[in-house]
Amino acid sequence: MGFDAELAAIRFGTGLSPRIAAPRSAEEMLSSLTGPDKAANAFPIPSFASQTAAFNEMRELRKYYRQNQTDADAKKAVRRAYRELRQQGAHATAQVLRRRAQTEDGFRERLTAFWADHFTAVAPDKRLRPAQTHYVEEAIRPHVAGNFSEMLRAATTHPMMLLFLNQNASMGENSRAAKNRKGKQGLNENLARELLELHTLGVGANYTQTDVRQLAELLTGLSFDRDFIFMFKMNFTEPGAETVLSRSYGGGTPRIEDIHAALDDLARHPATARHIAGKLAMHFTGDTPDPGLVSAMEAAYLRSDGHLPDVYATLLDHPAAWSPELTNVKQPIDFMGSTLRALDISAKYVPSGNLKKMREFFLLPLELMGQNWATQLGPDGWPEEDDIWITPQRLAARMQWAMITPFRILGALPDPREFVEVALGRYANETVRFAARAAETRPEGVGIVLASPAFQRM
Amino acid sequence: MTARSSLSRRRFLAQSLGLGCSLAASPLVTPLTFASAPWDHRLVVIILRGGLDGLDAVRPYGAPEFAEYRAPFLQPGEVPGELDLDGYFALGPGLAPLMPLWRAGELGFIHAVSTPYRNKRSHFDGQDILEAGTGSTGVESVRDGWLNRMLQAVPGVEAETAYVIGRGTMLLARGAAPVADWSPDASLSLSPQAERLIEMVMHDDPLFRDATTEALSLSGLAFADGMEEDDPLDTGEMMEAMQANMMAARGKDNTAEIARFAAERLRGDTRIATYSLNGFDTHFRQERTIGKALGTLAENILALREGLGPVWQKTSVVAMTEFGRTARANGTKGTDHGTGGAMLLAGGAVRGGRVIAEWPGLSEADLYERRDLMPTRDLRAHTGWLLRTLFGLERGVIETKIFPGLDLGADPGLLL
Repeated sequence: MGFDAELAAIRFGTGLSPRIAAPRSAEEMLSSLTGPDKAANAFPIPSFASQTAAFNEMRELRKYYRQNQTDADAKKAVRRAYRELRQQGAHATAQVLRRRAQTEDGFRERLTAFWADHFTAVAPDKRLRPAQTHYVEEAIRPHVAGNFSEMLRAATTHPMMLLFLNQNASMGENSRAAKNRKGKQGLNENLARELLELHTLGVGANYTQTDVRQLAELLTGLSFDRDFIFMFKMNFTEPGAETVLSRSYGGGTPRIEDIHAALDDLARHPATARHIAGKLAMHFTGDTPDPGLVSAMEAAYLRSDGHLPDVYATLLDHPAAWSPELTNVKQPIDFMGSTLRALDISAKYVPSGNLKKMREFFLLPLELMGQNWATQLGPDGWPEEDDIWITPQRLAARMQWAMITPFRILGALPDPREFVEVALGRYANETVRFAARAAETRPEGVGIVLASPAFQRM
Repeated sequence: MTARSSLSRRRFLAQSLGLGCSLAASPLVTPLTFASAPWDHRLVVIILRGGLDGLDAVRPYGAPEFAEYRAPFLQPGEVPGELDLDGYFALGPGLAPLMPLWRAGELGFIHAVSTPYRNKRSHFDGQDILEAGTGSTGVESVRDGWLNRMLQAVPGVEAETAYVIGRGTMLLARGAAPVADWSPDASLSLSPQAERLIEMVMHDDPLFRDATTEALSLSGLAFADGMEEDDPLDTGEMMEAMQANMMAARGKDNTAEIARFAAERLRGDTRIATYSLNGFDTHFRQERTIGKALGTLAENILALREGLGPVWQKTSVVAMTEFGRTARANGTKGTDHGTGGAMLLAGGAVRGGRVIAEWPGLSEADLYERRDLMPTRDLRAHTGWLLRTLFGLERGVIETKIFPGLDLGADPGLLL
């Protein structure tokens, strides 16, 4: 078993397209990935700062309104500001979907989603949640073809992550800031724990509560200012050296470089290599990845000192990655993206400017399928297990969406007898062909093809 | 199709498709019409995700250290023992709506308990251990939950006997025994032809086939308003109905909806319902976040009581969490992950009005690793006694099959 173009598009990309060719080789996939990011240029996502600026503006308006509750115009202004934030979020989600529909470099979209999930960060304030997509755009996406340590640094120090795991408010017990507050504020372990447990070593690794505590002390100072711009706050830092996994960091004047050094060591740690190889293999090949594949990727990680394209090359070079049976289940975003791609839906049909339609077509259905956008329940992100996604209620939402939404988006649909071949390629089987033919209407025929396991799996 | 129930219509279709054999034998198809439960008691298990701070929900204000540890949360003028329970413990303000239940003896707590999980304080391992009911993670063979293993130990269980409710899934109920899984905001309205074809394309993939069968049989429960279940739909109507269903799901995120759905099922053939509530991970400004999460829990208990009507008298509700939190406030007016915590018991069947605890105290030496409330008993022992008393399960079955390695110990007398 080796490289297979259709399988490459389905398993490692965003699905088959009637117009855009599947990748021709693993080398082509990797060179696209390390080349220019065409999809991001074609469908740009505005900066994180544009979201936080709108968020701050909303807060100002809301504050004013709270002090002037009889002012009807102030109330309207707050409502408009809420809407503007939702609108910006809907636009970013639309861009994510458009990229999946149109890209020639589907592997990049899938890797971005994988790493975004690895570094899940959810804003505590629901008005700021849509900013997750913008965080991913600037902290994750530029690094998916780089070294893991670069991504680790970018994600760990990003205001979204600092906010999500309360690092921005954490101060050393002996910091100047804590002393000024007479000890009423101090350390928060949240980011330190998840950094070890989820982002680097993995929960099975050999670390202790003391390591968590020491790392939390080392991370003090990572914060941001009123405009959500990163800031190293000296007065929050815990004085003295900290020891994490038997290595000592800092000791002099606290510097962000001490934190970087610890992050680099964590990135380089063998437990991290194992953890990341296992997660990547599971994400792309199924819930029980081939142990040989995981070991090979782990070795590539260690050999290249965390250079991710080497790890991906090993994945794409391994026979276990190309087993022809589709054993993995698409996550809802994969399902929607590959549907848009199979139907070759162009950008204008993704109504990014129409909040109501974006909600009806995509955002609410994602929620019902179990993937409420930018609203993961915890820092561990979305689950990988197939049976968590394919429950009666969640599958009902997939079927429901497949039957009605493509028609509502396009108003006209392809002939199901042809669509079955386009959407499934050689994974079209006689049963699905029969069902596509026997359906009473086009929406039902197309919906049945999309709902079939042959399309739902990857 | 007018006189036939939608379910029998589906059974008819399934059989006419030649899928009848496997499908009709599937426990997932039959329960709505033929379920018979082996017991009359009702059990609701609520998993509180994120690590409920037991010391805030049920406050040991009688402990001299309590006010000092929790000073950062207390509002100026706030008295920690305001919602006094028994002179030592007081209710957290978020649970205030449950005070009448406490007075009626329909609400109790178990304090200073935990699973056997220690030291790493990971939500995800903690929840897995809580739901698997095992002593540790890394037991690769245990991929099912304790509630499901309990069902396996009882003859005569049907899918409708136990219900997992909500948009998510739960390890707690995963396993070989049949369990129904549905959400009040889910729905599926297909034309007969589409339904037949869907069943056909799903047939060879067990994961998709079983979920589809259950979705088709359960979707009648949440049918769009104003539509007769038995009307066959044409495509236009189907699309309209689905659109309506989907839009009706807006705003149904509120969790009391789940409690009402659970109550409805429990008034029928269902005997066990389980679901989870989120939002208990209170690292930051705890007084705000925990108030909301506890308020939701209280709202759920009250919605269950209201929805269950007279069946409330036969009902036990138990709420449990993956771990408690640090005894002291952290540096950001919250608490970090800890160990010992509290369980909540409610229902007409419970012997409430008590905080059951082998109380360890809160002085620094009494704390686990000098930071967390010391767990003095395995929460599985209480859960095990609940199962034993409710459903008459043998001690040996509980200690080996349901909670392997557990010592049930003495009967805490949780029920009336």
